[in-house]
Amino acid sequence: MQSSGLFYQFHFYLFGLIAIASALAFVTRKGPVAAALWLVNTLFSLAALYIMLDAQFIGAIQVFVYAGAIMVVFLFVVMLLNLGDPSEIADIRGKWGLIAAGAVGLALVAQLLVVLRQQFPPEAPVVRDSSRGVIDGIAEPLFREYLLAFEIASILLLAAIVGAVLIAKRRA
Amino acid sequence: MLAESLFFSAILFTIGVVGVLTRRNVIIIFMCVELMLNAVNLTFVALSRLHGMTGQVFVVFVIAVAAAEAAVGLAIIIGIFRHHESVDLKNINLLKG
Repeated sequence: MQSSGLFYQFHFYLFGLIAIASALAFVTRKGPVAAALWLVNTLFSLAALYIMLDAQFIGAIQVFVYAGAIMVVFLFVVMLLNLGDPSEIADIRGKWGLIAAGAVGLALVAQLLVVLRQQFPPEAPVVRDSSRGVIDGIAEPLFREYLLAFEIASILLLAAIVGAVLIAKRRA
Repeated sequence: MLAESLFFSAILFTIGVVGVLTRRNVIIIFMCVELMLNAVNLTFVALSRLHGMTGQVFVVFVIAVAAAEAAVGLAIIIGIFRHHESVDLKNINLLKG
């Protein structure tokens, strides 16, 4: 995607700001369901950012796996647990939690400012053979160099499925 | 767009950290961890334009691990809820010395 141009930049900032605003709304909501839906909003804007950064496949699986599967599991568990009134459970932690969070937040923002002061090298334009599609670039290393890691990831997912069922199963 | 991506990613990560430190509901803390994983993914994708496709391959693995982690973690939360009838962190102190 052409990374210069006002149109591109406007939408890049727009989706970034939507992501940050939704994330802020997400950490401040009391009810778990409202928080989860704000997080879904953040994940969708991040998918838009991925697509604008020439990672179309990552954007697609972000929508499928994150905004679709993982958040549905979260909402499912929230509704399964029958948590009662959000005001009882969603309270902010005490004074020390707030102080620690403020300190960590300030430290991270300071690091961020230091990092952003350096100059980044100009990005090389992505050269893509249009006859091979957008998935080719990621499929090639995934199924050659990282094939072993890919297979291990599948075993990990199988183990996670079996483990989740065993842990959540009601004991007879 | 690299500097902007890193900026958004750092802000999102910070929001996730602050959420983990301030909230008491275990499910929301868990979702904050997911937000932090996503912030790191944004960094990977932005830097993959500079350093080649390996970053995007890594993001695929991060998403797979996040899915596995969400499944197991939520199963554990269900188990804890059966014990305590609560997902409040202050009630989950069995491992405290």
